Amino acid sequence: MATQTAPSSTPGANVSLPQTHNKKKAGARTPGERSLVASPTTWFVWAGTAAFFIFLIGILVSVVVDSLGKPWFNTWLPETFTASWYTGAWDRFGMTHIIGVTLLVALTVIVVAVLVGVPAAYLLARRDFPLKKTITLLFLLPVLMPPITYGIPLATVMYNVGLGRTLTAVILVNLVPSIPFVIMTMTPFIEQIDPAIENAARMSGASMRKVFTKILFPLLVPGVLAASILVLVRTVGMFDLTFLVSGPQSDTLVVAIYRAMTAAGGGEARQLISSMAVVYTVTMMVILIIALRFVSPTQLVARVKESRED
Amino acid sequence: MSAPTIGRLKATRSTASLRHRLAERGIDTSLLMLAPALIFALALFIYPFSYGIGLTFQPSPAIQQKWGGGALANYVAFFKDPFVFDSIWLTMRLALPAALFNVLASIPMAFKLRHRFRGKKLLTTLLVLPITLGTVLTAQGLLIFAGRQGWLNRFLIQIGLIDQPLTLVNNYLGVFFSLVISGFPFAFLLISSYLSGIDPSIEAAAKTMGADWKQRFRRVILPLLAPGLATTFILTFALAFSVFPSARLVGDAMGSTRVMALMAYRAFGEQTDYGMASTIAIMMGLIELVVIAVVLLWRSFLYKGSTGGKG
Repeated sequence: MATQTAPSSTPGANVSLPQTHNKKKAGARTPGERSLVASPTTWFVWAGTAAFFIFLIGILVSVVVDSLGKPWFNTWLPETFTASWYTGAWDRFGMTHIIGVTLLVALTVIVVAVLVGVPAAYLLARRDFPLKKTITLLFLLPVLMPPITYGIPLATVMYNVGLGRTLTAVILVNLVPSIPFVIMTMTPFIEQIDPAIENAARMSGASMRKVFTKILFPLLVPGVLAASILVLVRTVGMFDLTFLVSGPQSDTLVVAIYRAMTAAGGGEARQLISSMAVVYTVTMMVILIIALRFVSPTQLVARVKESRED
Repeated sequence: MSAPTIGRLKATRSTASLRHRLAERGIDTSLLMLAPALIFALALFIYPFSYGIGLTFQPSPAIQQKWGGGALANYVAFFKDPFVFDSIWLTMRLALPAALFNVLASIPMAFKLRHRFRGKKLLTTLLVLPITLGTVLTAQGLLIFAGRQGWLNRFLIQIGLIDQPLTLVNNYLGVFFSLVISGFPFAFLLISSYLSGIDPSIEAAAKTMGADWKQRFRRVILPLLAPGLATTFILTFALAFSVFPSARLVGDAMGSTRVMALMAYRAFGEQTDYGMASTIAIMMGLIELVVIAVVLLWRSFLYKGSTGGKG
């Protein structure tokens, strides 16, 4: 994938003028600016990157090794390797149930957030109406605020109406940041679709519903896909909100790992937790590898209009 | 929801049909598509939030007795109880340096890595990796990798740099590391995208006029990048500010990393004092808003126009 897209990823500013861009690029490239040459700042940058990746890889590898090894203390590597921690964790924590809950929550949140968010995004992208600014702000707030600030009052309400520790509550609290997130991602996407297409359909006598199902939806599929995957990543990784309302029967994977790590009486064996963490990371990586086929890395962290790369 | 009522009030005098006049102001039945999202936002965000604010004025008898102040007892407790109040300082001491470090370290990196070179795609993809780790695996990994028996200490002792293993986890440093590992890629990707939004021809123009790279950076790139830096700082700060699992797992939850989120959860989960928990949560929101306001105020003095690129 990387090799396929790399040559075409030109800076967006030049997309409209490919010819002048090529000429300028070739002419302006003095030997000193060509690429990363050895200068003090370059060394500094590479040293920083290297240090960061040493930590990152170290963390990742040590957890994987830990989850596969018999206890090790004073050696570089465990003496013997075993897969028994995985089977142990699977039975001990009921991983089938936990993963089932995680997937169920994530999928429900995606479906509801897309169904609710896309029509709202369409209106915000296409139409002007009173109070539009206020409404936009209202949708922006849950994404900007730290989850715990509204999570605690929200969890209190959930407990008061008797939804505490249920699956419904977990789904509902995860919808709070997800719906605005879908709206934020989809609005610029809808803006770039030519309104003339819809107008033509309307003129030919299509109803609003028909315009949506026959015209807009097929055009929106890539955007909906991207938004869904981003919501999936966020929901599976969401700790704060889920933790506040979930109970033993409705814990998602992250929360279950946290509870195992902080369980009273010193917690569980370290290797059991490591193996659970590896399962979590592998799940997330699979999702992200799929995600990166549809969205660019910068989209994972913010709503940024990327240049069209394909 | 309230939109139609306002439109109706304004449009009472005209001969055209009401429906037509409303449609002219942008109000018609298709606005109903907004209704589900609005209902969710009102029911799950606005209502709980205002309910939470109401809760803060209903202190539990225990708090009322201990701190006095009637309906404001929760706030009195918040400001007078050093155990709670000090957590503001502890949170700030952690979140501000971490957010600053993430933003400042990202600038030279993003600046150096903005040109095309082999393996750029791979590098950006690798930087997304920490998102897959999540706080919990990062914490677990830090405990193993940087712990007293971990590879990092073992390596440093082996090459003779240190005699005694360094204490890098279960303290301030551990949480700081975990904030950098989760926050830095975020800041880097954001700043990279802002940087690529600056039209390269602006810099080329500065170059033809004889500016060296220092002048180009200080006079051309930095002013154009500053609004993006402000946004990045706000978002990174929000992430670091509500740090909670890592403060408990790799930090010193009762000492140097007793952050506000931890205190809020303690009141919520362990003491089931919802009023106090909401008070801490809402104070967190307020402090966050103050920081955002300060950054935005600073940003309002900066260049606000187009950067010429796609940004």
